[in-house]
Amino acid sequence: MATDIIIHDKKDNVGVVVIEKITPKQDCACWIMEDDSSTNIQSLDEIPLGHKIAMIDLKEGDTILKYGHDIGKVVKSIKKGEHVHVHNVKTKKW
Amino acid sequence: MEIPKSFLGYKRENGRAGTRNHVIILPVDDISNACAEAVANNIKGTIALPHSYGRLQFGADLELHFRTMIGTGCNPNVAAVIVIGIEPKWTKKIVDGIAKTGKPVEGFHIERTGDIGTTMKASKKAQEFVMWASEKQREECPLSDLWISVKCGESDTTSGLAANPTVGNLMDKLEPLGVHLCFGETSELTGAEQVCATRGATKEASEKFMKTWSSYNDFILKEATDDLSESQPTAGNIAGGLTTIEEKAFGNFQKIGNCKFIDVLEPAEEPTKGKGLYFMDTSSAAAECVTLQAAAGFNIHLFPTGQGNIVGNPIEPVVKLTANPLTVKGMGEHIDCDVSKILSREMNLSEAGDELIKTTLRVANGRLTCAEALGHKEFVMTKLYRSA
Repeated sequence: MATDIIIHDKKDNVGVVVIEKITPKQDCACWIMEDDSSTNIQSLDEIPLGHKIAMIDLKEGDTILKYGHDIGKVVKSIKKGEHVHVHNVKTKKW
Repeated sequence: MEIPKSFLGYKRENGRAGTRNHVIILPVDDISNACAEAVANNIKGTIALPHSYGRLQFGADLELHFRTMIGTGCNPNVAAVIVIGIEPKWTKKIVDGIAKTGKPVEGFHIERTGDIGTTMKASKKAQEFVMWASEKQREECPLSDLWISVKCGESDTTSGLAANPTVGNLMDKLEPLGVHLCFGETSELTGAEQVCATRGATKEASEKFMKTWSSYNDFILKEATDDLSESQPTAGNIAGGLTTIEEKAFGNFQKIGNCKFIDVLEPAEEPTKGKGLYFMDTSSAAAECVTLQAAAGFNIHLFPTGQGNIVGNPIEPVVKLTANPLTVKGMGEHIDCDVSKILSREMNLSEAGDELIKTTLRVANGRLTCAEALGHKEFVMTKLYRSA
């Protein structure tokens, strides 16, 4: 089956779009690399190739997990299926 | 895939092997660039390596300058060297450093002779060197003669998903065969530094890494006016979907596969602990990093990119790979190895690693890289601080 989103690690709360783009309300097939399992999600936003989608609802102060590791903090609440990027997530470094 | 046990390289006087057979005209300092370029223009088949520094440097910065100059001349991809500087003393220091390899090297200083007289004398010697080098033949060399450096650039999330893990897969397969490997990019491990430290092969290596990273991070915190959000991640990274330095770091880190690093090198320092993986303290700017790795003796470079970095190096061939299908489509002339089928799951990581090994060996055997064919010769010296 075609894969729309790849997730590195089971613990991750974001996935990466691997098709040219996904559109709002699209039912997306997700593949979790770590254990070769599958899941689904419906998108809320248009999200281009390489950009991230929230796999769960996230609130301000939450930690984004990718590769199973902390990659930054949520600075504006994010709904499951929304685009995750510099407008709602910031580094914890610097 | 059965991995070939050898490649066709140029055997050098000191026992190393080159993937290229360059005769270089090396200026000691910025003001000798014109003369070096005049010689390279006169004598076909030679290349000048102009750069911006070499005057009034001191301390560790001057040491790095000499280490980079001498290391570049010593690289086994270089058959012979003409060194040109304004003054005799520093010119001779570099000539003597390179001469230890046993390769032909000769120095010329411009003071008291001028550009025209120096160009004439140096051109005569360069002609002799290039005609001598042109008779060198490629011979079968063991795979362990490959010294492979890696660095990623214009990364996006496809780098961390696929292109960088492809390099990691190659490392996992080639490390047991006795190659030297090197990764760097101190600043771009920020966020993954603790995890990276656990990959030291010894307690000493791990501690040396943390010391190096902390010193870099302290410097960044001291110099930054706000934060590094204008530089790290870059605008290109952000366009490609990378949000934070931590995310970039964990993607970057995929390049070393499951290997452990045996030592931490100063910028441009030649590894001396034998085969295996080394970490080098480098800037994350592409041309600076590759220049330092080439000066440490690495003879072929692997460069995964997401959005499409185009860097090359005058002496170390730079092999580009990408997993981003839009980059393959839009700027295919820069991509030596396309692993975008990983994203559509038509290719797995091991198959991609095999493809990259094949491409690497073709380039080691003499196939031009995209960057070479397009004329990319970025030679960029790292400068540590202001001159005197």
